[in-house]
Amino acid sequence: MNKEFEPKILGILCNWCSYMASDLAGTSRSQYPPNIRVVRVMCSGRIEPQLILWAFQQGADGVLVGGCNPGDCHYQEGNYKALRRVTLLKTMLPQFGIEPERLRLEWICASCAEEMRKTVEEFTNTLCRLGPLKVQIPQIIPVTGKAVVEYVQT
Amino acid sequence: MLLRDEFSKNGDIRIGVYVCDCGTNIAGKVRVPEVVEYAGTLPHVVVAKEYKYMCSDPGQDMIRREIKEQKLNRLLVAACSPHVHEETFRNVAAQAGLNPFLFQMVNIRELVSWVTKDPDKATAKAKDMIRAAANRVLFHEELEPLKYHIKRNVVIVGGGIAGIHAALLLADSGEHVYLVERESSIGGHMAMFDKTFPTLDCAACILTPKMTMVKSHPNITIMSYSEVVEVNGFVGDFKVKVRKKPRYVDEENCVGCFECIDACVFKDARYPNEFDFGLGKRKPIYMPFPQAVPPVPVIDADTCIEFKTGKCPKECLKACGERAGIDFAQKEEIVELEVGSIIVATGFDSFDPKKMPQYGYGIYSNVYTSLEAERLFNASGPTAGELVLRDGSKPKSVGIIHCVGSRDENHNRWCSRVCCMYSMKLAHLVKERTNADVFNFYIDIRAAGKGYEEFYNRTMEEGVQYIRGKVAEVTDNAQTKDEEGKLVIRVEDTLLGMIRRIPVDMVILSVGLEPQHDALEVTKMFNISCSGGGWFMERHPKLAPVSTMSGGVFLAGACQAPKDIPDTVAQAGAAASEALALSHKGVIEVEPNTAFIDETLCSGCQVCVGLCPYSAISYDQEKKISILNQALCQGCGVCAGACPSGAAQQHLFNDSQLMAEIEGALAGVL
Ligand SMILES: Cc1cc2nc3c(=O)[nH]c(=O)nc-3n(C[C@H](O)[C@H](O)[C@H](O)COP(=O)(O)OP(=O)(O)OC[C@H]3O[C@@H](n4cnc5c(N)ncnc54)[C@H](O)[C@@H]3O)c2cc1C
Ligand code: FES
Repeated sequence: MNKEFEPKILGILCNWCSYMASDLAGTSRSQYPPNIRVVRVMCSGRIEPQLILWAFQQGADGVLVGGCNPGDCHYQEGNYKALRRVTLLKTMLPQFGIEPERLRLEWICASCAEEMRKTVEEFTNTLCRLGPLKVQIPQIIPVTGKAVVEYVQT
Repeated sequence: MLLRDEFSKNGDIRIGVYVCDCGTNIAGKVRVPEVVEYAGTLPHVVVAKEYKYMCSDPGQDMIRREIKEQKLNRLLVAACSPHVHEETFRNVAAQAGLNPFLFQMVNIRELVSWVTKDPDKATAKAKDMIRAAANRVLFHEELEPLKYHIKRNVVIVGGGIAGIHAALLLADSGEHVYLVERESSIGGHMAMFDKTFPTLDCAACILTPKMTMVKSHPNITIMSYSEVVEVNGFVGDFKVKVRKKPRYVDEENCVGCFECIDACVFKDARYPNEFDFGLGKRKPIYMPFPQAVPPVPVIDADTCIEFKTGKCPKECLKACGERAGIDFAQKEEIVELEVGSIIVATGFDSFDPKKMPQYGYGIYSNVYTSLEAERLFNASGPTAGELVLRDGSKPKSVGIIHCVGSRDENHNRWCSRVCCMYSMKLAHLVKERTNADVFNFYIDIRAAGKGYEEFYNRTMEEGVQYIRGKVAEVTDNAQTKDEEGKLVIRVEDTLLGMIRRIPVDMVILSVGLEPQHDALEVTKMFNISCSGGGWFMERHPKLAPVSTMSGGVFLAGACQAPKDIPDTVAQAGAAASEALALSHKGVIEVEPNTAFIDETLCSGCQVCVGLCPYSAISYDQEKKISILNQALCQGCGVCAGACPSGAAQQHLFNDSQLMAEIEGALAGVL
């Protein structure tokens, strides 16, 4: 394990459960590795594979997708959609030279502060073991949609 | 290429960054001056400031002033969680004439200072998150909150004291209330008790009048023997489907004379009455207890001869005669209600002591649960208020075991809060009715509440003995002559430091409170969450104790956590006033995070149509594209996550905003 290496984790968390859990981890003063940067979305169902690949391309060593427990999604079944997308993407990651373990999907309920803490800790350890993501991801992002086109062109 | 500084879609972008110390909450870990200095160097940031408490009046004033003076058109506040102060700072922006959706909150307290040990790391993380937001706001647009009309009706689920109290408050102030109760009568657990601690008011005397008021109130519709089966819609406009189970007695026609019950071919009551936990008996047509509301009997199809064989002389029908109250053909009915808000007041279940066989419940006939004891003490209960053993004799000694199933690693870890107090109440009642010796076995006495400690002292003065120690077992294995024919309670008395064996005639198990057995299904139906243990979760434990994460759905009573009647009533009042505040506002502003479809990009593949959980997207056959109905969209973004051509987007979470945020978040070095 590379002791010097500090992996970068991007957490994309749903507003109602996993983001609440990280809020609660704060309120309960849980201490966990500082390696995660969090982006909040309303539901894990919003997360498209493109955003995950973009995160890898921007230098993330790992991406954590957080949603509500099965059956608890605030919007009924968004987390099942996330599960399908993440599962599919995981099968494709090796083709980009990315270990599937670098993408992690977790159901973390709103009161599961301890699980949040453990997840970040474990994930950080996993990524320390894997080392930095060395692959240069070229233009793997399918450039679709006006907003994205505009964004990539600026 | 880190930041897209050359990007300026909306002309000249001027960002103001305000970093809060939150006293020492943030500044104790994050080096705020360094963060502020860094923020000032970010592209488009024209001002970056630190303040001790950004949410305070002077903090807000400063932001408002600078928005105007510096002509800011983007606002960033790095402080606590958006769940705490996003609303506050959106208002600040709006007051200064800035569209509130050009603001972004950065959470550097819950996500950074409170969870990070190392100040260097915390400072770096705060910088990254501010950079992410500064990148993101470049892509923010002006938005208008969506406004919806609020329906003035309220549905209250659960007719215990919580539901009853909330219903009366709302109805008195002019709202129409549907009170849905799954049992045949409202009243909940409180209707089972004889007396209530600590004042020893007679439960019926304070509850029955309220139940009658509910019955006669023009603004309340009681839907007893009914359950909610489906909830659709959202705050202000819920559609609630209620299943009314057939009770085979017509509520409209029944006059409440009970001649049908007297007339039943079963001259004696012979079936166990569920309300008395089988200690009392009932007929197939019955009232669970005399004060039941609505005062309409129920026919139990499982025991009624007419339902079993079709060959009953139907004396009940004859007795009812022209009043035509009995209706064997009654069918289950689904009623759809349209309401603006919902109060969930489904109460609690009690711990099943069979899970602790060492206490002998179900093995020794004179081991009772506290709720059974409540029924025995009740003047209108199965023994008309006499505390008697199974053989009808009065006990000479009674042991009351506290905390059964509570504060127990093997069962429920929580304290059930009311057991100490109701155990004292039961001890007092045993003394009052039988003058037996009473032993209370406790782990700790928890008597926090107005008049509670005084009540504890009173019971000690009355001669109740308190023994500190968790009971090991209840057994009929006599070792001495005194123990013969008795139940022996084995306990380690931790004050005396010795093992004791206390022989008694009757054991009462003070069973703890648990979430209702179907709590999980209820949370799913109303789209609310559970906290640890399965109690319903409030929006904020301190500041929003009766709200939930679902707008327009409120909590009252023991469904949120174990609590006594005074707290339940207080919370029910709070839930009622929340519902009232909502309906008096008349309109509600909803976060404009809805999705939209760019018609020029949509290829008409219809992936989104099937994915939308709210049927907000439909396919336009003529234009050959998907169309989104804003009013139905709830803002999950699942369509935006799936659209292969990027036509479906979500306001506040569109692709460019998220990509910019991700890029900004990852641009730092760890
Ligand atoms: C043995 C014992 C003694 C007690 N003694 C006292 C005392 O002396 N003083 C005191 O202050 N407190 C006492 N308490 C506590 C007291 O019982 C509670 O504070 C109070 O009952 C809580 O009221 P509630 O309305 O929230 O819940 P409940 O009384 O449990 O009522 C909930 C109601 O909702 C209904 N319901 C549940 N689920 C649904 C559903 N899905 N759809 C429709 N309806 C539903 C139930 O049938 C019930 O009628 C005692 C508790 C116990 C166990
Ligand atoms: S809201 Fe959490 S996964 Fe959908």
